[in-house]
Amino acid sequence: MSFVEYSEFIQEGDVAIIFLGHDSMMPIKVQQGAQTQTRYGVIRHSKDLIGQRFGTKVTCSKGGWVYVLHPTPELWTLNLPHRTQILYTTDIANITMMLELKPGSVVCESGTGSGSLSHAILRTIAPTGHLHTVEFHQQRAEKAAEEFREHRVGHLVTVRNQDVCKEGFGVTGVADAVFLDIPSPWEAIQHAKSAMKKQGGRVCSFSPCIEQVQKTCEALAGQGFEEISTVEVLLRVHEVRSITLPLPDFGPDKPLETPTDTRIPSNASVLCKTTTPPREMAGHTGYLTFATKPRIHCLFYLQFVYFGLIMWI
Amino acid sequence: MFEFDHPTVLFYNSLSRRLDATTWNEPIRVDYGERLIHLLSTICPERILNAKETQASTWVYVVGDISYFSILLFLLGILNECYSGSYKSSLLFSWLSSQKIRRETVLMADNEDDDSQQRVNEGDYVVLKRGDIYKAVQIQKKKKTVFEKQWFFLDNAVGELYGTTFEVVSGGTLQPRKPKHVEHAADAKEAGTDNRHILDDGKSQKLTRDDIETLKEQGLKGQEIVQQLIENSTTFRDKTEFAQEKYIKKKKKKYENSVMVLRPSCRILAMMYHGREPGKICHLRYDTLAQMLTLGNIHAGSKVLVFETCAGLVLGAVMERMGGYGSVVQMYPGGGPVRAGVESFGFPPHFNETLHEFPIQHVNALLAGTLDTDAKDIDESPDAEDQNMETNSSENSAAEKEAQEREKRREIRCVVLQGQEKKVRMEEKRKKLAAAAVLLQGRNADGLVIASRFHPCPVLLGLIKFLAPSRPFVVYSQYKEPLIECYTKLREQGGAVSLRLTDSWIRHYQVLPNRTHPVLLMSGGGGYLLSGTTVTTDTPKVNTEPTSVEEPAAKRVKLEEETE
Repeated sequence: MSFVEYSEFIQEGDVAIIFLGHDSMMPIKVQQGAQTQTRYGVIRHSKDLIGQRFGTKVTCSKGGWVYVLHPTPELWTLNLPHRTQILYTTDIANITMMLELKPGSVVCESGTGSGSLSHAILRTIAPTGHLHTVEFHQQRAEKAAEEFREHRVGHLVTVRNQDVCKEGFGVTGVADAVFLDIPSPWEAIQHAKSAMKKQGGRVCSFSPCIEQVQKTCEALAGQGFEEISTVEVLLRVHEVRSITLPLPDFGPDKPLETPTDTRIPSNASVLCKTTTPPREMAGHTGYLTFATKPRIHCLFYLQFVYFGLIMWI
Repeated sequence: MFEFDHPTVLFYNSLSRRLDATTWNEPIRVDYGERLIHLLSTICPERILNAKETQASTWVYVVGDISYFSILLFLLGILNECYSGSYKSSLLFSWLSSQKIRRETVLMADNEDDDSQQRVNEGDYVVLKRGDIYKAVQIQKKKKTVFEKQWFFLDNAVGELYGTTFEVVSGGTLQPRKPKHVEHAADAKEAGTDNRHILDDGKSQKLTRDDIETLKEQGLKGQEIVQQLIENSTTFRDKTEFAQEKYIKKKKKKYENSVMVLRPSCRILAMMYHGREPGKICHLRYDTLAQMLTLGNIHAGSKVLVFETCAGLVLGAVMERMGGYGSVVQMYPGGGPVRAGVESFGFPPHFNETLHEFPIQHVNALLAGTLDTDAKDIDESPDAEDQNMETNSSENSAAEKEAQEREKRREIRCVVLQGQEKKVRMEEKRKKLAAAAVLLQGRNADGLVIASRFHPCPVLLGLIKFLAPSRPFVVYSQYKEPLIECYTKLREQGGAVSLRLTDSWIRHYQVLPNRTHPVLLMSGGGGYLLSGTTVTTDTPKVNTEPTSVEEPAAKRVKLEEETE
């Protein structure tokens, strides 16, 4: 198991997702001899999980059964331990496409938070890309780094514990894309720019408040970014339902001629398959601001190179 | 951030797709970041030179100490000989992880200074951009390109850098625009406070249509025409500052004839198709495509099935996300696979090695195990023309058949060469089909993406059988009702969990100081998605309890699931 590569069978040390029923899941770490309590009873890792195929039904001690699923970044997003507010799959999907991420992309991200987006980025840029992720909270940075190792994506990521607004991403001129999810993204735009390749690249900032967006856009325009565009994306879930609609009884059409037994009975109804929206849905997550960094002009870049050389000597 | 006395270092060159190993004789401290470039160039100059020559990015992994060097070298010899690029790195990675070697990616020595990869070449597939309008074209010399009611030749784009903006000058030639900053109209001009004195009488612009045409003929550039328009507008000064800005923007859009040449990407092509020809891609909106790629967990190294009638956009998007690693099987309806859109992505040639195709009319045979890839009837499928011929002959009587055969033979004699070519092609097709069949036979695909004008229900139920358990699938339809049917059938049949029917809503914003609000128009819908994860359908293996104990419990669980 790895978050960037499927495997067929469950092994010791894997993360597996226990699917208990619609929208009810839990992540577990598979360990020889360990047990997991579910509402259907106990799952014994050695006997019920290790060596089994991902996607199989596992019978718990009380006789109920669950499915064991292979972890994916999307399942992880739904199951991860929240250390911060996290990004969800709808936003992640758009961020991934609009940042033009693909295998081999080098990405800078801040903050790491609970690692929801990080896992999705790593999945997309593997096996030849790299993620530089910056988190100013020491404990969160350490926890994230530990998680990446456990999920066998550690070789694709560098976690740095620093303040991106003050110290930047710790790399220069390497990134194809930069993602910012911090309280004051406008303070990090300069660092984002210097972290990016001289050929240019894409940047995205996620902010819940429009005032943040306003300041970020000004900073982006000020730093020479192009194609600045802000969008908001929401997911609408349609719950499939079989519903029964009763038919009204208007009485006999021609009272004298129609025999009573051909009339629509008063309890007649129609069954139909339809969808309903959930009673409540996420109506706002955040605004996504995207921009393109144009390529630095050659002469301008040479200055940088010379400056760098002088520094070396 | 670790130390080895004599580290073994693994290089991976992304262009030549060669893996290489070396060991450093001097003890070094390996650090992240740019410092390693320096290290490499001092300790290992010939390797760096190598990377430069091939103009590719080189990955460097510090694998461990010197004891790994010989074994790694031996392994690489085998890998480089026997496997193509896509397998190589993944095989090596799995070996490394099986050895529990501490390995860390240290850096990517990207040849930053080398722009040759960044320049437009003849034959490249590029995207033209003006404002929000995109068009995908191939760079061909002396070929007239029509874009936004304007024609020009792309000859001058060859050799220029991607992302360059060109000015269209007389005769349809392109001239790279100097990257100078246009002095903005911010030089404190007069502006009105509101629009109470502005009348819509059609007399405010003193220049007539003909005047503007003459200006154009005189060879005035867009910027200059806009300036003329402003100077000849009686009301411009009375407009508010905001309105002036808007006026300039509007006129600029109309008279400016610049065009940007971009490298194609999934983002750009999805937006282009959605804006230009939504009918061709079943009205699949870009954010919906983004959801599909993410929900389908499309990533390098997996085996993904794609069924689409979206001009190849979805297939191309999937291939981009796989980056040439793993395999994609295009399940196609009818005569042959449609993938005009894939060309527009301009993938490097090795991507084609990962792309396979399989006609859906053979799916049942494959599932039943009766598909014989050596059989003659296989030859017919991939080409529409061939198919017609074959079906005709099978329907006709023996006599007609013979006559046709004679006719055919005569034709063949006339064009022997062509016939041979065709035979070779057929043989190739058969091989391809056999290869795709092998990929499918294991029924262990890692992902399924469907986006078509067909009824999604039979497509999904037919193709989901090729997926391994615990793998995601995603189905797009422009309409909701067919997906409701899919959902219901799948629920009855079992074999899938986390079924979800969704659509997404996207709104663009105008962000300006004190004038931030949603853009007035928004897309009304981007189609619907059904996504889920496969699971095994067989009953769980009973360990100790007799089945009689288990069954009622299972029912109870089922009930609970349904009520939720």
